[in-house]
Amino acid sequence: MISRETLAPYIKIACDGLWHNNQALVALLGLCPLLAVSNTAINSLGLGLATTVTLVISNGLVSVIREHIPSEVRLPIFVLVIASIVTVIELLMNAYFHGLFTVLGIFIPLIVTNCAIIGRAEAFASRHPPARAIADGLFMGLGFTLALVVLGSLREIIGTGSVLSHAELLFGDGARTWQMTLMPEDYQGFLLAILPPGAFIGLGLIIALKNLVDGWQKS
Amino acid sequence: MNWQTLHTYWQKLDLPNRPILAACIILGMFTLAGTGSVGVVHFLTENRIAHIERETLMEAITTLAPPHLFDNDLLADVVWIKSPLLGSDSAQPVYRGRLGGQPAIAVFSPVAPDGYNGAIRLLVAIHADGRLAGVRVLAHKETPGLGDPIDSSRSDWIKQFAGLSLDHPAASRWRVRKDGGDFDQFTGATITPRAVVKAVHQTLQYFAEERSRVFMTAQSQEDNQP
Repeated sequence: MISRETLAPYIKIACDGLWHNNQALVALLGLCPLLAVSNTAINSLGLGLATTVTLVISNGLVSVIREHIPSEVRLPIFVLVIASIVTVIELLMNAYFHGLFTVLGIFIPLIVTNCAIIGRAEAFASRHPPARAIADGLFMGLGFTLALVVLGSLREIIGTGSVLSHAELLFGDGARTWQMTLMPEDYQGFLLAILPPGAFIGLGLIIALKNLVDGWQKS
Repeated sequence: MNWQTLHTYWQKLDLPNRPILAACIILGMFTLAGTGSVGVVHFLTENRIAHIERETLMEAITTLAPPHLFDNDLLADVVWIKSPLLGSDSAQPVYRGRLGGQPAIAVFSPVAPDGYNGAIRLLVAIHADGRLAGVRVLAHKETPGLGDPIDSSRSDWIKQFAGLSLDHPAASRWRVRKDGGDFDQFTGATITPRAVVKAVHQTLQYFAEERSRVFMTAQSQEDNQP
């Protein structure tokens, strides 16, 4: 039986990752990949999941080596560890999950540029034992994925009138029928939403909404 | 020399910057471990990745050039050609399909350098008689939702090239409609289809001019060497 006390820090980690310290909406980290690929819900989900896997592994590794590295060179070592992990993931995916790689391949190099990953390594993983560091990686990644998918769906619906197009790229041929048209037949699509400015405007609106919810909770 | 003696030796060393040196050595060890693990994984996956890429290319080629059109090993029968008409400064592979030793089909991989977001890599298959067997996009970075209907997974636009040739339609009609030609542009995107139409047209021009060179065998190539 797991006691309440052992579980408590993990619940806090989960809440921080998903909401209070959401990497995309609060820390505003990882905006480059976030804005670049959030034009459809499926693209967003793909990048989000790939980022989550990287975060879990890099947090775990950094936590394991945290007591053996001098603090002067910790940042270059984190960068090295993260870059190696991402490259290894890229090679393995290309070799063993080629279908998924052709979809996510372009996002994977973008993960290295995501400062949320080195941010979590420095702020959390280098100060906590492996189990907590891995939980932090998982929930920070899921929080990032959540924000991405909301933004991606929003842009796809406004930009093209439908959502979940090309789900077969991630979920196989059975998902071909998942696409849902939410706007009237004659909806022409609002191109701005798909173009980069749409990403900034959309993200701004989502952050505003989150702050609004937080405000209500306080009062 | 074991670890213990190495450690005592290290302690005895009279060095002014011992912590910095230690940091350097540790950083160096991580560099070795990091690049080493990438190297090992690269070595382990190299063959598999090359095999998969070859299969993917073959799959793309067979959608354009059905296997009944040729009986040779098309991927092995390759000639590297450099020409401004093929859109690149470096030599591009041309795969030759032969039926009973006679030229049957040539698969070019030209580049359309003037896409909206950089180069668009194409696969253009031409029958020996100059008719297009088909065109597909191999790689592109066009704007999703605007320029990406050139991709066969997003729309059928690219399939209209099958059956066309250099003089069908006439040279003046090898343009998008906006420029007075026969090919549809997309809503909000003219530059992308314009680049593709131009690249396909130029590949046909190259084929018309250099047909014999395209199908030249290694044997006849050697004969023609000065």
